[in-house]
Amino acid sequence: MNKTRRAVLQSSTGFSVMALAAANGLFSTGAFAQTPAASKLVAEWNKAAFDTKSLQATATALGGGPAIESREIIISAPDIAEDGRVVPLNVTSKLAKTEAIAILVEKNPNSLAANFAIPEGTEPFVKTAVKMGQSSNIHALVKADGKYYFATREVKVTLGGCGG
Amino acid sequence: MAYPMKIRASMMGDKVVVKALIAHDMETGLAKDSSGKTIPAWFIQQLTGTHNGKTVFNAQLGPSVSKNPSLEFRFSGGKVGEKVKLMWIDNKGETRSDEKEIA
Repeated sequence: MNKTRRAVLQSSTGFSVMALAAANGLFSTGAFAQTPAASKLVAEWNKAAFDTKSLQATATALGGGPAIESREIIISAPDIAEDGRVVPLNVTSKLAKTEAIAILVEKNPNSLAANFAIPEGTEPFVKTAVKMGQSSNIHALVKADGKYYFATREVKVTLGGCGG
Repeated sequence: MAYPMKIRASMMGDKVVVKALIAHDMETGLAKDSSGKTIPAWFIQQLTGTHNGKTVFNAQLGPSVSKNPSLEFRFSGGKVGEKVKLMWIDNKGETRSDEKEIA
């Protein structure tokens, strides 16, 4: 249980705090101004890596050598996913000096789903949801101390989520 | 039109847990509409999280990430009341940034 959340809910001022938060962030519709940083970001998107079709090709495209299988990477995902459009999963790496976590779906048209950079101070953990066209292996490719490691987990899909 | 992100940032021990729900279609470029035309790819390519000007999270996403993506990450060094800022940009150059105070 999150203590801070409890405290907010229980305190008499809780309601106004929540209302303020809502007004500030959650429901604002204010226009967003383009920033120079945004255009810089897009140049860094690694198109080559996102076009790859296999685990080792992705590792190469991300600038690494052959990836080694590791038991220090834990993929948490359902064994059977009912809806391939939203397959929730999370990846934890216990490898020292984890620098990046990539999530790959082997049988998707392009295998790389996402690549997360983990700066120092950020936990080597990430949680998201991916689309899966069919039952497939999910790989987590982790860059740690300059080397690439991976773990694999099979997820069966009842209803595909790629294409129409 | 980019809708605001829903962001939660809360302390868990000495770490800040950031959860985000992003409103985005994340079209793969493979699906077809009812008339049989291919719907062009439209997806978020980059997402960055910053705290006090320091990048705490940087994601490169592909079209395989689910529609209306959800994300969770954790970092240390944050305090209650400080702000976490998330920003994304998609393959059409559309961008959005939202801030949330750590609770």
